[in-house]
Amino acid sequence: MDTHHIQAIEATASSLLLLVPLFPLLGAIVNGLLTLMFAHTEKGAPRQVVTGIAVGAPVLSFLTSVVLFFQLRGLGEEARMMTQHVATWIKAGALDLGIDFMLDPLSAVMILVVTFIGSLIHLYSVGYMSHDRGFSRFFTYLNLFTFSMLVLVLGKSLPMMFVGWEGVGVCSYLLIGFWFQDLDKAYAGNKAFIANRVGDFGFLIGIFYLFTQTLAHGGATLDFVELSRYFASLPHDGTTTTVATIAGLCLFIGAMGKSAQVPLHVWLADAMAGPTPVSALIHAATMVTAGIYMVSRMHFVYDLSPIASSMIITLGALTAFLAASIAITQRDIKRVLAYSTVSQLGYMFVGAGVGAYSAGMFHVFTHAFFKALLFLGAGSVIHAMHEEQDIWKMGGLRSKLPVTFWTMLLATVAIAGIPPLAGFFSKDEILWQAFVRGHHVAYGVLLLTAGITAYYMFRMLFLTFFGTPRDQSKFDHAHESPWVMTLPLVLLAIGTCVVGFLGVPHVLSGTHPIFAHWLHPVLHETEVSGAASLEFGLMGLSVLVAATGIAVAFFRYGGATPASEPVTAAWWDVLRNKWFLDEWIEAMLIRPLLWVSTFFVRNVVENEVISGSMGLSARAYAGVAGMLRTLQTGIVRHYALMMLVGLSLLALLLSSHFSGAGGGH
Amino acid sequence: MHLTLHYFLIASVLLFAIGAAGVVGRKNLFIVFMSIELMLNAVNLSFVAFARALNQLDGHIFVFLVMAVAAAEAAIGLAIVILLFKNKESLNVDDFSLLKR
Amino acid sequence: MLDILLFLILASVMVLGGLVTITRKQPLAAALALVVSFVALSGLYALLTAQLIAILQILVYAGAIIALIVFVIMLLNVREEDLQLGEDRIGQVGIALLALFPFVSVIIGAVLQLPEGAFPALASADFGSIEAVGMYLYRNYAFVFELVSVLLTVALVGVVLLAKRRI
Repeated sequence: MDTHHIQAIEATASSLLLLVPLFPLLGAIVNGLLTLMFAHTEKGAPRQVVTGIAVGAPVLSFLTSVVLFFQLRGLGEEARMMTQHVATWIKAGALDLGIDFMLDPLSAVMILVVTFIGSLIHLYSVGYMSHDRGFSRFFTYLNLFTFSMLVLVLGKSLPMMFVGWEGVGVCSYLLIGFWFQDLDKAYAGNKAFIANRVGDFGFLIGIFYLFTQTLAHGGATLDFVELSRYFASLPHDGTTTTVATIAGLCLFIGAMGKSAQVPLHVWLADAMAGPTPVSALIHAATMVTAGIYMVSRMHFVYDLSPIASSMIITLGALTAFLAASIAITQRDIKRVLAYSTVSQLGYMFVGAGVGAYSAGMFHVFTHAFFKALLFLGAGSVIHAMHEEQDIWKMGGLRSKLPVTFWTMLLATVAIAGIPPLAGFFSKDEILWQAFVRGHHVAYGVLLLTAGITAYYMFRMLFLTFFGTPRDQSKFDHAHESPWVMTLPLVLLAIGTCVVGFLGVPHVLSGTHPIFAHWLHPVLHETEVSGAASLEFGLMGLSVLVAATGIAVAFFRYGGATPASEPVTAAWWDVLRNKWFLDEWIEAMLIRPLLWVSTFFVRNVVENEVISGSMGLSARAYAGVAGMLRTLQTGIVRHYALMMLVGLSLLALLLSSHFSGAGGGH
Repeated sequence: MHLTLHYFLIASVLLFAIGAAGVVGRKNLFIVFMSIELMLNAVNLSFVAFARALNQLDGHIFVFLVMAVAAAEAAIGLAIVILLFKNKESLNVDDFSLLKR
Repeated sequence: MLDILLFLILASVMVLGGLVTITRKQPLAAALALVVSFVALSGLYALLTAQLIAILQILVYAGAIIALIVFVIMLLNVREEDLQLGEDRIGQVGIALLALFPFVSVIIGAVLQLPEGAFPALASADFGSIEAVGMYLYRNYAFVFELVSVLLTVALVGVVLLAKRRI
C-alpha cells in the first residue's frame, strides 16, 4: 500500500456537492407537508404536483451528479477529492465532528447509481402506485430514503455515514411497512429495523473503538481520510493487527445487518411485504449495498487484518450458498428475487474480503442494474396478474407482456453470468480474484452457487413466462404495463447490456478495466496476476456451470407443463423453511429474552417488597407525624412551657458560644 | 461590702423565673394571673435598679408606664376571667383548649 | 452594711412570697402572699431611692390590683371541690423551675459580667422624688403619657363592654 498518495490529496471545495442530497431532502419535505395538508381528504394531495416534485428531485440530483462526475474526472488522478463543509456538528473535548461531505471516485460511483436508478424507480412508482391512496406519502418516504442514502455515501466521516445509515434504516422500515394496516406487513417492517439495529450496535462499537484508538495516539478522528492516514502510520506488528481486527469485525457486524448476511439476513425476505418499487430500490440497488460500500471505504482496516477479512469471506460465501439453496424452493416471485439479492450480496462481500474491493464494488454496480430491472419487471408482472405473486399460478406470460419479458430475460441472463452481459464480468472477476488470491474453498462455493443461481433464476423465468397459463382467468386479464413502468425497464436493460464493458478484464481487452482503474486512487488494491490461460480456463468453467444450471431449469420447467417439485422430500422442506433459521432465532433469542423481561417486571419492578418499602417510608413518616401531633394539646400552658424550654436551650447555646469565644466568667 | 447592681438584678431574675414557673405550672386561672403580675414586677425591679445605677430617671418613667399597663391589663383580664367562668363553670386553664388538634 | 442586710431581708421575703403565691391551692391565700411580696418589693424600691415608685407600688399593685383580684375571687364564689383541678402543684411548678434553670443561670452569668462597683453618687438630691420624676415625665415623655391615658380609657371602655354581658 503506497502511503504517499494518502498524504498528497488536496481536496477541492464544492458547494455543488450539497445539491445532490439537498434535492431529495427538499422533495421529501415538500411532499411531506402536502401529505399532511391533504391527510384527511378523499383523494390526497394533487398527483401532478407530487409527481413533479418527487420525480424531479432525484432527476436533478442525477444531473448534478453527472456534472460533478465530470468535474471530478477533470481533476488529476491524484487529486480526485472534493469536499464540502457545512457546519460543526459536535465539538466536545477531543471530539470534533463536522457535517462534511466528500466526493471521490468511490462515492461518485455510488451517487450515480443511486440517483440514476433512483430516478427510474421514482418514475416507475408513479405508475405502480397510481391506485394507492397513500401516493404522496409513498413519495415522501422514497425521497427521504434517497436523501439518506446520499448522505450515507457522501459522508466524510464515520458518524456522517452512520447518520445516513440510520436514515436508510428508518426509511426502509417506513416503506416496508407502508401498508401498515396489514399487521403482517407492519411486522415485516419491524423485523427489518430490529435486525438492522442489531447490526448497528456492532457498527457503533466499532466507531467508539476507533475513536478511543485514535484518541490514545494523539488526534482523535473519525474522518475517513484521517483514519486511513492513522492506520498507514501504525507499525506493521501484532498490536496493529489486533486493532484492525477488532475495528473491522465490529464494523462488519453493521454491514451484516444492513446487507443481510447470515445470520442477520432474515429480514430481507420478509421485506418483500413492501411495494415492489421499494424492493427494487432499497433491497436491490442501494441500501443493501451500503455494507459493501462501508467495507470498501474502510479497506485500510481490512487490509491490515487477515482475521477480519477471512470472516468476511467465510460469511459471504456461506450467505451466497445458503440464500441460493433457499431460492430454489420459493414460489413467491419476489421472494426468489429477495434470496437472490442476499446471495449476490454474499458474492460482493467475498470480493471485498479477498482484497479485491473494486471487484466487489463492480458487482454492486452491475447488480444494481439487473436486480432493479428484475424487481421492476416482477412488479410489472404482479401488476398485470392483479397482485398475484405465486409463480405457480402464472405461466405463458411472454405473449402478453412482451416488454417485461424481454427485459427480464436480459436481466436473468445477466445474473446467471452469461457473457457479454454485465453480470458475467462482475461475477467472474470476483471468482477469479478469489481463486488467484488463494481462497480456493470460497471459489468452489461461489462457483457452485453460480450454477444454482442460474438454475433458480431461470426456473422463475420459465414458470412465469413459459408454458401454458395455470390460472386462465388472470392470464386473460393480463396486459402490459403503462409507459411509466416500461420505460425504466428498457433503460435498465440497456444499462445491463452496456455497463459490463466497464469492467472487462485485462486478458480480454489488453487494457486495465476502466472501473477498477477509476477506483484505484481510493482503494489502493494490490494487483494480483495469474496466468492468462488460467483466467480463460476459469472463465470458461463458470460459463459452463451457468449453462448447466440453465439447461437443467429448461429441462424441468421450460416445457408446456413444468415438472412438479419434490415437496415431500425432507431436504426440500428444510430449504423451503429457510433452514429454520427464523424459528431458531425465535427459540434461542426471543423467547428467553421475553422470559427474562416478564420475570424482571413481575418480580422486581412490580415487586411487593418494593411497593411495601415504599409504604414503609410513608408509614414511618405518618407515625412520626402522629407522635408530633400529640404536642398540639390545645392547652396554652403546655405551649408556654415549650417556649420556656426552648428559650432556656437557646440561652445555653448562646452562652456556651460566647463563653467559648470570649473569656469565660 | 456595699450594695451593687448585681444583687438587685439577681433578685429580679429569680422573681421572674418564679413568675414564669407559675404561669406554666399552674392550672388555676387566678394563680396564673398573679404569676403574670409577678413577672411584671420582676422587670420593674430591674428597671429601677438600672435607673439608680445609671443615674437616670428614664427607668422610673418606664416603671410608671408598666404599672399603668398592668392596671389596665388586670381590669380587662379579670373581666375575661369572669366571663370564662360564666361560660364553662371552670377555673381550669386546661379546659379552655379549643386550640387542640 | 445595713443596706445589705435590709436588702437581704426584703429580697428573701419578696422571693419567698412569690414562691408561696405560686404554690397555693386557694387563690385567696395566693393573693395574700402576693401582697406580702409586693410590699417587700416596695421596700426594695425605697432602697434604690425610687420614692415615687415605691409609693406607687403600694398604691397601684398592692392596693388596687390585688384588691381587684380579691374582689373577683370572692365574686366567683368558687367552692372548695371545684378547686381540685386535678393538679400536681409542686410537681408542675418544680418542672417549670427546672426548665427555667438554664435560662436563669445564663442571665446570672451575664449579670455577673457587669462591672462591679457601688452605686454612683446621686445625680441630684431629689433623685426619684415625685417632683423630679414628674418634671422628667412631663418634659421628656409627654406624648407617651398621653398615650397611656388613651390606653387606660380603652381599658375602661373594654371593661364596661365586657361587663355588659350579663353576669
